Amino acid sequence: MIILETAGLSRTVDNKILVTDISVKVERGEVVSIVGPSGAGKSSFLRLLNRLDEPTAGTVYLDGLDYKTIPPTQLRRQVGMVLQAPYLFPGTVSENLRFGPKQHGQVLEDSRLHRLLEQVGLPGYADREVTRLSGGEAQRVSLARTLANSPEVLLLDEPTSALDRHAEAEVESLLREIIATEQLTCLIITHNPAQALRFSNRSMRLEAGKLVKFGPVEEVVHV
Amino acid sequence: MFNNLFRDQLSLGIFQAAITVVLALAVMLVGRQQKIHLEVEVMIALVRGIVQIVAVALALVVIFKGPEVVAVPVLFGMLVTASVVAGRRVKDIPGSIMVSFYGITFGAGLVILLMVLAGVINPALTSVIPVGSMLIANAMNTCAQALERFASDIKAHTGQVEAGLALGATPGEIVRPYSQSAVHTSLIPRIDSLSSLGIVWIPGLMTGMLVAGTDPIYAAIYQFAVITMMFASSGLTSVVSVLLVQRRVFSPAQQLMLRPGTLLKK
Repeated sequence: MIILETAGLSRTVDNKILVTDISVKVERGEVVSIVGPSGAGKSSFLRLLNRLDEPTAGTVYLDGLDYKTIPPTQLRRQVGMVLQAPYLFPGTVSENLRFGPKQHGQVLEDSRLHRLLEQVGLPGYADREVTRLSGGEAQRVSLARTLANSPEVLLLDEPTSALDRHAEAEVESLLREIIATEQLTCLIITHNPAQALRFSNRSMRLEAGKLVKFGPVEEVVHV
Repeated sequence: MFNNLFRDQLSLGIFQAAITVVLALAVMLVGRQQKIHLEVEVMIALVRGIVQIVAVALALVVIFKGPEVVAVPVLFGMLVTASVVAGRRVKDIPGSIMVSFYGITFGAGLVILLMVLAGVINPALTSVIPVGSMLIANAMNTCAQALERFASDIKAHTGQVEAGLALGATPGEIVRPYSQSAVHTSLIPRIDSLSSLGIVWIPGLMTGMLVAGTDPIYAAIYQFAVITMMFASSGLTSVVSVLLVQRRVFSPAQQLMLRPGTLLKK
């Protein structure tokens, strides 16, 4: 069953083509990796999927619904995104986790908060100030914060690229576990072909904003 | 000490202004040595400043002889000019001049109107124009500071802002700390003016009233009233300007448009 579909998705800024005419369909529960050289438009494409940027042509269908008909705040809860850097808000870990649900008038129950922290391997971190977290811990809090919104689709923009090797392995393993357990639909940008192979079923290769290949990960990515 | 060297006030004034310009140029050179390039901005400001103030002095002589209603176009002209000056401080935000205009008009304009109606500001041209101009000038500075602070904070925290948007926050919610900080920072000079009144700073208005023979206690209290009006008009200006500018940095689809190095399209 198709959960996410892009139709001729394009974005041009000041005559510079960032993304051009990308049409793909993503099945529910599928993990798709996005690969390509730097400047290929991978992040630009991902940012269009939760409408952090506006397409200059084309659109995205979420569960068959044109996403321009969905209020942006609702859409971004349904299509969660973990950015390259964690960008945590000042305060405690629990305040960060409660932020998303609070935006739509919900309270994140303590039991769910602790379960999320356990899920990302940070039990007992609820009252810790975010300034006292390591890079890997901060990225895990960022992931838990996005999961607190219970998204249907998870967008990951090189979530391990800013981490050292040890933290990268830890976060990657956690991510894979969570995606599998929660059966999340996920699109992940990675520079690491081995990571793409470990994570995804299918992969899309972008070059100069164009989709040049989309298919089984083994056919698109070569280690 | 130079007063005796000049036979008329005009020559003395030109000499005094020349000395202060030399001082300003020296500051400019110090800045240049530190690679802080203020040359063009300062030169333009100096030339504009002297031409404008002399022109206004000559115009006021004529204006003060007119009916009280003349204050309306004069103050309106000041509001427009102040809006242009403040709005230009954040060129990368479209419509910043209109934001400043609404902010300064709501802040200074409303306070002037209310205080004239309440009898705090004498509607006589010799009173309403100088006091009104003080309120407008202070509102202009506050507006410029608030807008500049807000824009620079947003540009410095694009990651945090977009992280908030990506979690489903509304733009208003996510920029609230930066709006609060902008309003607070812009009002610090006004609060300092109030708290240092008479100790660090003896304002010219009170001095002028004293020289003109006004009761010293009344002159002091009226000066306090003027500084309090400045705070009130600046506060209103700052709040309104920041509230209005928030909308200009996001698209209708709640996307952050203001990023470092970007010039927003109108």
